[in-house]
Amino acid sequence: MIDVVMLTVVGVLMALAIGLVVKYFGAKADPLAEKLGELMPGANCGGCGFAGCGDYANAMATGKAKPGNCPSMSDDTLKKICELLGVQAEKGEPKVAVVCCSGDDHHTTRVAFYNGVNDCLNAMMVAGGAKGCTYGCLGLGSCARACPFGAIEILPTHVAKVHPDLCKGCGKCVSVCPRKVIKLVPRAAAAVNVYCNSPEKAPVKKKVCSGGCIGCRKCMKAAGENQILINGFLASVNYENPPAESVTEVCPMKCLRKAD
Amino acid sequence: MITQIRFYGGIHPSEGKVSNKEDIINAPLQELYTVPLQQHIGAPAKMVVQKGDHVLRGQLLGEPGGFVSAAVHSPTSGTVKDVTTCLGPAGATLPAVVIESDGEDKAADPLPPFENWQDADPAALKARVGEAGIVGMGGATFPTFVKLSPPPNVKIDTIILDGVECEPCLTADHRLMLETPEKIVKGAQIIGRILGVKRIIIAIELNKPDAIETMTKAAEGTGVEVAPLVVRYPQGAEKQLIYALTGRKVPSGGLPAAVGCVVSNVGTTAAIYEAVCLGKPLYERVTTVTGTPVVKPGNYRFRVGTLYRTALELCGGVSEDPAKIISGGPMMGMAVYSLDIPVMKGTSGILLLSRDELVQYSPSACLRCGRCNDVCPMSMMPGILSAQIEHQKFELAEKWHVMDCIECGSCAYICPAGRPLVQHMRRAKAVVNAKKRAAAAAAAAAAKK
Amino acid sequence: MTEQTIKMPDMSQLVVSSSPHYHDRDSVRKIMFKVIGALTPAALASVYFFGWRALMVILLCMVSCAAFEALFTRMMGRESALNDGSALLTGMLLGMNLPVTVPVWMCIVGSLAAIGLGKMVYGGLGGNPFNPALVGRVALLVGCPAAMTTWVKPSGCGFAKWVDAATGATPLALIAQCDATSGATRQAADAVAQQYPSVLDLFIGNCGGSLGETCAVALIIGGIFLICVNIIRWQVPVCYIGTVALFTGIAYAFHPCAHFNPLLHILSGGLMLGAFFMATDMVTTPLNRKGSVVFAVGCGVLTSVIRLWGSYPEGVSFSILIMNALTPLIDKFTAGRPFGVMKVGRRASSKEIEAEKNPTKK
Repeated sequence: MIDVVMLTVVGVLMALAIGLVVKYFGAKADPLAEKLGELMPGANCGGCGFAGCGDYANAMATGKAKPGNCPSMSDDTLKKICELLGVQAEKGEPKVAVVCCSGDDHHTTRVAFYNGVNDCLNAMMVAGGAKGCTYGCLGLGSCARACPFGAIEILPTHVAKVHPDLCKGCGKCVSVCPRKVIKLVPRAAAAVNVYCNSPEKAPVKKKVCSGGCIGCRKCMKAAGENQILINGFLASVNYENPPAESVTEVCPMKCLRKAD
Repeated sequence: MITQIRFYGGIHPSEGKVSNKEDIINAPLQELYTVPLQQHIGAPAKMVVQKGDHVLRGQLLGEPGGFVSAAVHSPTSGTVKDVTTCLGPAGATLPAVVIESDGEDKAADPLPPFENWQDADPAALKARVGEAGIVGMGGATFPTFVKLSPPPNVKIDTIILDGVECEPCLTADHRLMLETPEKIVKGAQIIGRILGVKRIIIAIELNKPDAIETMTKAAEGTGVEVAPLVVRYPQGAEKQLIYALTGRKVPSGGLPAAVGCVVSNVGTTAAIYEAVCLGKPLYERVTTVTGTPVVKPGNYRFRVGTLYRTALELCGGVSEDPAKIISGGPMMGMAVYSLDIPVMKGTSGILLLSRDELVQYSPSACLRCGRCNDVCPMSMMPGILSAQIEHQKFELAEKWHVMDCIECGSCAYICPAGRPLVQHMRRAKAVVNAKKRAAAAAAAAAAKK
Repeated sequence: MTEQTIKMPDMSQLVVSSSPHYHDRDSVRKIMFKVIGALTPAALASVYFFGWRALMVILLCMVSCAAFEALFTRMMGRESALNDGSALLTGMLLGMNLPVTVPVWMCIVGSLAAIGLGKMVYGGLGGNPFNPALVGRVALLVGCPAAMTTWVKPSGCGFAKWVDAATGATPLALIAQCDATSGATRQAADAVAQQYPSVLDLFIGNCGGSLGETCAVALIIGGIFLICVNIIRWQVPVCYIGTVALFTGIAYAFHPCAHFNPLLHILSGGLMLGAFFMATDMVTTPLNRKGSVVFAVGCGVLTSVIRLWGSYPEGVSFSILIMNALTPLIDKFTAGRPFGVMKVGRRASSKEIEAEKNPTKK
């Protein structure tokens, strides 16, 4: 009997002690930051430029950052956060990632069998990654593993594909891609893209890939003024002035394509 | 007599030095040479010729493009056919000059030879090393001129010539020591003159007894010592070699100069002699072409810019299809997928592996056997590091000294789980270096503001 | 000169990979089967002393461990890792840690505990912090202590019998009994000592105990083989057995009538099996040699403490499991400095910091 009483008393005392310590010595959390933190999507994608959702919430609560930088936040949440902060909502331009490469197994040549760590950076350091084109997607999926939203798929033909509906445009894949094949473009203008990343001369490119841009300028002529830019042998879409989708029909390499 | 100190770790892979009885053959003149402008660590050379120019053997093609850079010279006389790019052994595309030989192989006026290098101004000798475009020919291709310019507060007291050739299969340095020992000894003395150092040691492993004998004979009366070393890989690595001979430990992240040593490959040393005493810039080197599939393995003196394809043709082609073609030796060489890669100043060997010799990485989980710890010459923990790197904990890996890795390959050689440990280390080093560069750039940008 | 056609390599089948391009061709599978081979003499000895049922127990454990491994890898949706032989080794070690009279169902439950609890919950080979065979054994020991401590005393030898019926105490149980009488008279101790097997019997294994642990000579032969093929480090068994000998020796020196002499200690119980085959398990012991020595000494100390003063007669399993838990810590503290990394200076004392702050104050 006595031990039960003792145990209960000790338990109560300890609970009290813990409660007091938390009350007087505990870290003071900003209630505003806490509330904001609860509203954050929690993907910790880093698209806002901060280390994670908590970091961004703290920055907003202390006025160091503005809401609207979060790429993965829904409009509703943004509105709620703006109400809490008492500021006007201004959402950044939504972006989407595009893998600018057509170099799947059907198009680009395979020069050797790569054997080693399943990581693009690693593969690139070994003989340049065993695909014929040294500018294209290596297809080992470093971007897919980095994507916090599971929006990137590595096709069985060894090239990365972004699913635009899942992509929030946080840019994590852009930072891990050793070839810089993935580009972040304005979502509104991403209907047509040039799926090639190689600045090589056309004959060199043609030798290793049947889907690369050869810089023939047909698309530039077909599109409106200043809609397609040509830099050397590589065309690119002017995302500030995107061309109509019909322009894709003229591309002889099927390299200028509608977003899929 | 120098007593060898056993460095920690290390392995003893099968030596496979089948070509060590083959004399060095001067490769015949080719029609085309593809000379890359970046054959060294550092900035690429700046081209000084135009397409269509006529050049002579030894004429400057590119001048150093920075302090850490090296000049590039024409391997023969002919016209500059094209200015293009070529594939390097690491898979990168390098700027290159294609020279079409005119068949005359006419030499340009040599750089004025130093008649009395013993009394020559050290600075002039050093400048000559730079002019001749000499880089470390052991494989690291660090510009020798930079190596011979230690910071003023550092006192160099020992020069070590690396004739260890610990990499299996390669015999180029071995043959060079047998055939031109006097060039190496004189070259060593020139380095001594440049740095004002008397103590010169030539390190040779005991699996080359003939080279030890020849070099000892050649070094008689010159004060140059020959140190025979018990065979152990990676004894040819700078830090391990210095430790084995002097007991000094190069500090982490430091250069050999920090402990008063300069290490120079024997091939580089011979090139220094040729540059100073014959006025000949570096445009050719001895390369071993070997491997089971090669019909006639041998040691060849190739002009820089000779394609691997040509090199292999000279060796009679292959008897079976190789599974791997390696630029360099089997422990640290780079696998290549093309024969259109030119021999460069750092190409110590071209090695072909047959299908039976092929090792495929099919990694399973780390067994924690600890063998990698036992063999790591830098006494790091490759097993723990590779697990950290697999989980992308690069900062943690940096804390566990991943940057000290010399990529010798001992750990991956021994790993029973077949884990590509060296590749993991390379990735971490690349990531950490990129981060450091980014931080430095950010700091520089902030300083500008 | 005739123009010969030179065969140039076919470039389409080339493999590229990171250096090194050589490998010593050892593999996990080879290691596991070498260890199984090294255990075979001890297994044969157990059949010789305990009868054919011993073989049945060992094989049953091996088969059920392999079956559970196959089942779990399948459930986890992984590729089968059966052919690396690690499950077979675990089963063999587990079987050799059981008494010959153990019921069939306990072998299977032990295998389930070893593979399931000891290994697969941590993600399979390489991830487990504890030696799976010991996890299986300890689970059975704690769950069914009676069945696990019923020991058969070998009566006569030979490959002709199924199992001996006569049961008796193991040497270590006798030692524990002796410890219990330590306050009693010399005669009582002598009476216990009378039942004790001779050193020779202990050495060749003619005494009660778990299957694999009795025949010291077979275990030592297997252990020396493993040392020669560079699978285990000689420091581990030497330090482990040495530490036990040292501690039990000290106890014996102080209380010769209360404790047994160290030679009997190191030859009896699971010490030989533990020192050569369990404390050297690659996955669950420290990575570098320094750590291995720390680990072995720790095991030795714990074993001695449990044997001399604990309530269990045997302490090898528990001490190895406890040291397994400490392995990450040992690894951390024995990691050492890489070549050329300078010693980190000791922290400045508070006085020095004070002096630094107020240089004028003297």
